[in-house]
Amino acid sequence: MLTVQFLLLGAVLFCIGVYGVLARKNAVMVLMSIELILNSVNLNLLAFSSRLGSIDGNTFALYVIAVAAAEVGVGLAMVLLIYRNRRTIALDELSDMKG
Amino acid sequence: MLASILAQVPWQAPSIDYHAIAPEIVLAAGIVLIILVDLFVGESKKWVTASLTGFVLLGALIPVLTLAVSDPDARSLFDGRYVIDEYALTLKALFLIAGYVVVLLSQNHVEEGDYYQGEYYTLLLTSLTGMVMMASSRDLVSIFVALEFLSIPAYMLAAWRKRDRKSNEAGVKYYLLGVFASAVMLYGMSLLYGVTGSTLLSEIGRQITVDGDFGGVHALAIVFVVVGFAFKVSAVPFHTWAPDTYEGAPTPVTAFLSVASKAAGFVALVTILYVGVPQAKDVWQPFLWVLAALTMTVGNLLALRQSNIVRMLAYSSISQGGFILMPLAVAGTGDAAGPALQAVVVYLLVYAAMNLGMFAVVIAAARTTRSGEISSFGGLFSYAPGLGVLMTIFLASLAGIPPLGGWIAKFAAFRAVLEAGNGWAYGIAVIGAVNSVIAFGYYGNVMREVWMKPAPNGETRAVATPTSLVAALTITGAATLLLGVLPGTVLRFGDLADLVGAFGR
Repeated sequence: MLTVQFLLLGAVLFCIGVYGVLARKNAVMVLMSIELILNSVNLNLLAFSSRLGSIDGNTFALYVIAVAAAEVGVGLAMVLLIYRNRRTIALDELSDMKG
Repeated sequence: MLASILAQVPWQAPSIDYHAIAPEIVLAAGIVLIILVDLFVGESKKWVTASLTGFVLLGALIPVLTLAVSDPDARSLFDGRYVIDEYALTLKALFLIAGYVVVLLSQNHVEEGDYYQGEYYTLLLTSLTGMVMMASSRDLVSIFVALEFLSIPAYMLAAWRKRDRKSNEAGVKYYLLGVFASAVMLYGMSLLYGVTGSTLLSEIGRQITVDGDFGGVHALAIVFVVVGFAFKVSAVPFHTWAPDTYEGAPTPVTAFLSVASKAAGFVALVTILYVGVPQAKDVWQPFLWVLAALTMTVGNLLALRQSNIVRMLAYSSISQGGFILMPLAVAGTGDAAGPALQAVVVYLLVYAAMNLGMFAVVIAAARTTRSGEISSFGGLFSYAPGLGVLMTIFLASLAGIPPLGGWIAKFAAFRAVLEAGNGWAYGIAVIGAVNSVIAFGYYGNVMREVWMKPAPNGETRAVATPTSLVAALTITGAATLLLGVLPGTVLRFGDLADLVGAFGR
């Protein structure tokens, strides 16, 4: 089994995702980076699941996929709201409140 | 591969104890009912949804009470993945009552603000259902589902004022950091599953032992999971969303987030630490120690320079969160586990009463002043003596002045810390004590405005407080006073022998 390779791929995806969340200023790009992290989680779960021969990881991954869809639905709605009110989705311009 | 695994596991329907999950069933039925009622009532009768929400929450409280008196044994469903024990029941009752008070706070605010009432209460109930589920969850999957169940509606509630720039900003900041935190937490959970081979917390607790092989992956998994919940309970340095979200969101939603949502984060954290990874205390104790010390200090220092009351309360709630983390930071040392659990539960109960009360006063007073500045509360006592006195009580309780509830909570927290009795414990106790003194600065500042300053615009018109707010003020005020005068009751609530599976039990 190539478990270690899958885990490494998961770790790389996780790091790219975290970098994207921290460095990107475009709200949609940040959402995509979060999706990358969630998919690295899925990869991890499936790799562990097949190595351990237990079904729990597969079930967990299904839940993660379903919840991620719900999250992105809400997230895109909010980005749309921001765009309607401000005509921009740059996160660094969200600074009405400070201190 | 998958087919062969599936073939090995014959599937049989789990037996479900319907009495045990009756609170969740009532809430789920209530959500459907409110969506339907909202479809069929006219625009002028939308207030019905608010009353219905209140009744659903009280209805869900009935099975919680019958479960509490029915039999002393904990009920366990789905192979111990969903447990109804004293700990779960106490916190379910806390969430339901806090939810009821939030409905009382919301009623006039939402109605007069011309918001979408039916949807508002549906989302509020959904979020509360997630919290009630969280109190019983003893499995990584159910904890994750409960966490998202309570968070996703809360993101929408924070952005409820669609055309208001600040509310948008509040929602997006809360959403992005919340989702990021849960993604990091999930990565930790996937590692935890990988090294133990189970998602069941009690099984993880058996696998992760001190003398077993404990490597970097174990530590990384635990740290990631704790970081995820640190965001949820707005512990410094993961608190950056909290002040902006609290300021921008509608004030009743802020009250809900700062009390119920934060309590749910602590519940999950306690369950994971006590049931899942109690043996790995060398990893999480120092980490939580640093978090607690930073949270108390930074929250307090930033609260000192705020001029907006909601923003000040946001930082005050961050620093109160530090006091709740304080006993957890030494929970694995010596005999501190029991007292620490008691301290956390007691603190959550008392904190819910006093903080909701504080927000109720702010909402009631803002009906006249139409402002969130601390200076606008000047002379509150002269034109609204009732509100002035209540505000003083809640502020004094938050500051921890005896004989109010907040004092008992702080007492329980410090007692648990001293029970641990080593250098780390005394260190955090000293930091906590210094911070309790600093906190008098900003709470006292508001008290001075209320009692000694004149009203800013010579405003002396009496505030008309609607009935629902009066009810909320009565409940929270009575709870704050009673919990302080009769500490026996609240300490008994926190005296939980029965966190199933905790510390090898």
